[in-house]
Amino acid sequence: MALLDIQDLHVTFQTNDGQVHAVNGINLSLNRGETLGVVGESGSGKSQLAFAVMGLLARNGRAAGSVRFDGQEILNAKPKLLNRIRAEKIAMVFQDPMTSLNPYMRVADQMAEVLVLHQGASKRDAVAESIRMLDAVRIPDARGRARLFPHEFSGGMRQRVMIAMALLCQPDLLIADEPTTALDVTVQAQIMTLLADLQAEFGMAMMLITHDLGVVAGACDRVTVMYGGRIREEGPTDPIFADPAHPYTKGLLAAIPRVDQKGDRLSAIPGSPPNMSNPPPGCAFAPRCDFAMEICVQDRPALAAFAPGRARACHAEISVIREGAAPHDDLPFEAAADEAGALSTPEPEPEIEAGLSTGPATAGPPQERPDDPR
Amino acid sequence: MFGYILRRLAVAIPTLLLLIVFSFILMHAAPGGPFTRDREIPAQVLANLEAKYGLDDPLWKQILDYVWGIIRHFDFGPSFVYPDRSVNEIIAAGFPVTLTYGLLSFVLAVGVGVALGAAAAIRQNSWLDYLAVGISIGAQVLPNFVMAPILVLLFTLTLGWLPGGGWSFNNPDYWIMPVIALGTSYMASIARITRSSMLEVLSSNHIRTARAKGLPERRVIWKHAMKPALLPVISYLGPAFVSMITGSVVIDMYFSTGGIGKSFVDSALNRDYAVMMGVTILVGALTILFSLVVDIMYAWIDPKIRY
Repeated sequence: MALLDIQDLHVTFQTNDGQVHAVNGINLSLNRGETLGVVGESGSGKSQLAFAVMGLLARNGRAAGSVRFDGQEILNAKPKLLNRIRAEKIAMVFQDPMTSLNPYMRVADQMAEVLVLHQGASKRDAVAESIRMLDAVRIPDARGRARLFPHEFSGGMRQRVMIAMALLCQPDLLIADEPTTALDVTVQAQIMTLLADLQAEFGMAMMLITHDLGVVAGACDRVTVMYGGRIREEGPTDPIFADPAHPYTKGLLAAIPRVDQKGDRLSAIPGSPPNMSNPPPGCAFAPRCDFAMEICVQDRPALAAFAPGRARACHAEISVIREGAAPHDDLPFEAAADEAGALSTPEPEPEIEAGLSTGPATAGPPQERPDDPR
Repeated sequence: MFGYILRRLAVAIPTLLLLIVFSFILMHAAPGGPFTRDREIPAQVLANLEAKYGLDDPLWKQILDYVWGIIRHFDFGPSFVYPDRSVNEIIAAGFPVTLTYGLLSFVLAVGVGVALGAAAAIRQNSWLDYLAVGISIGAQVLPNFVMAPILVLLFTLTLGWLPGGGWSFNNPDYWIMPVIALGTSYMASIARITRSSMLEVLSSNHIRTARAKGLPERRVIWKHAMKPALLPVISYLGPAFVSMITGSVVIDMYFSTGGIGKSFVDSALNRDYAVMMGVTILVGALTILFSLVVDIMYAWIDPKIRY
């Protein structure tokens, strides 16, 4: 039985501009100990997918479908059930370590409360265990630093604290939502190595959400590529990198800057992600696709298996995509795989959107706007 | 921290001195004097009176004598209008009254305001939220000088439950209307500030982390959201406290409670220089003290602030 089994998950947000469809019918499963990469550019719905699993959607968000963890339905579950699963079974590391820790509490206190709550530990033991975990994520002088406040840590150190806090209860699944996006390149590599080491040590499964294929290549067993809230392609990491079967995957791979190729500009996928408050009837990627045909505008391609373990949602023939006029023809598999772990792409988010023509406005992460009465 | 408090208190002394000098000059610049009467006072009598109270000295000497009297004996001088009472006595009689209903109003405004605002934010867009917003808007548009007559109309004239004015330390019935009249509009402001800051905090990243840790919602709110949500409220409390003390002018006039607000108005009208100075210095000192308290509370909540 899969550890995490997501069936037909939908996430919508009610905003002043109408309904935004962030996730549109996603099926995903993750086995024990496995690492799954969820890849897509900003606004593809990958973070909202994770928030829906954890029950952490913003107040105006609604999730529908099914999420089973260890056989138990947890989507829209009662807070009591969710709170037993959060941190204890599924833990999460967030994108922005600068704001994700409570700035008003000492690091040891924020960590210890997890153990006090979930395992009934005494405050004293909980603090001791927290310090041990800070040590495990290689924070120097963990005992001394545990008494500090988050603003006294650097960005990379704060992310280590987040990771240590997530691992306190030794969860079965760690969801890492762009854990390295806000960090500089050398620190990114350290954090990825740390995550890989800890995963091996604790034997947990990991869902790694990222826009950075370099990160995926080094870390993940399988990859799911998302666009417009839908899965475009999925399969084992190596074959996808060697032979992408979807134009979007191919575009993402081509957009990884490479050291061995000199050029004036980085390769980019033209256009911007679709406006998810009014999704097109056909393939959401069609307006930006080099291989788009007439049928793509009217008919949305379904996700279909085409090789063992691999599936894609595209009308174009694989052979066409393989030979097609994508920005560069040779496949950056080896370079990407080698670079991963050690050095990933220097430019975070904008690389994909760089040098773009005007497209429909991006829906952006649908945040709730608290109406200010003042 | 301790050094910081000492420094702040040290700065308070020159601030108060400046306050004294400016008030003194402004007061004497106003036309008339304590002995101006409708009927002409004989010149010799007036000269004797002014000599008795030192009003014939040059202004700088009057200021120096006044400050020296405060420093040496903590003596704010005799009232110019009530010859048998000193300023110290007048303030000692009025200030406890003001302080009693002022502090009660303050507690009411903060307690009810924070509770109402936080509850509204936690249950955003529910009937509780609409009710809280409705109450706070209602209370906001009723300033104390409108609130006071409405209360009297309701509780004294219609229901006959409460005395319409006066003051007694032994009978809390006298306290109720002054406290409500003075406190409601501040309560409303505090409720609105708390609501909007709580809404902002509840959608912040570190609250999402707290929820991801599996903490029960109650703990998320009390342990993680309350402190940051109260910061804007605390910075509002300094000015609010001062304007409540000055707002007591209206309460004293309307309910005849006999607090320092009454002394303030009477002394200004009678040109009772000494009483006016005494009350001004008192309110000034409270202002300085309270803004220090607010800063200390800020530092206590936010670890990023270190003095």
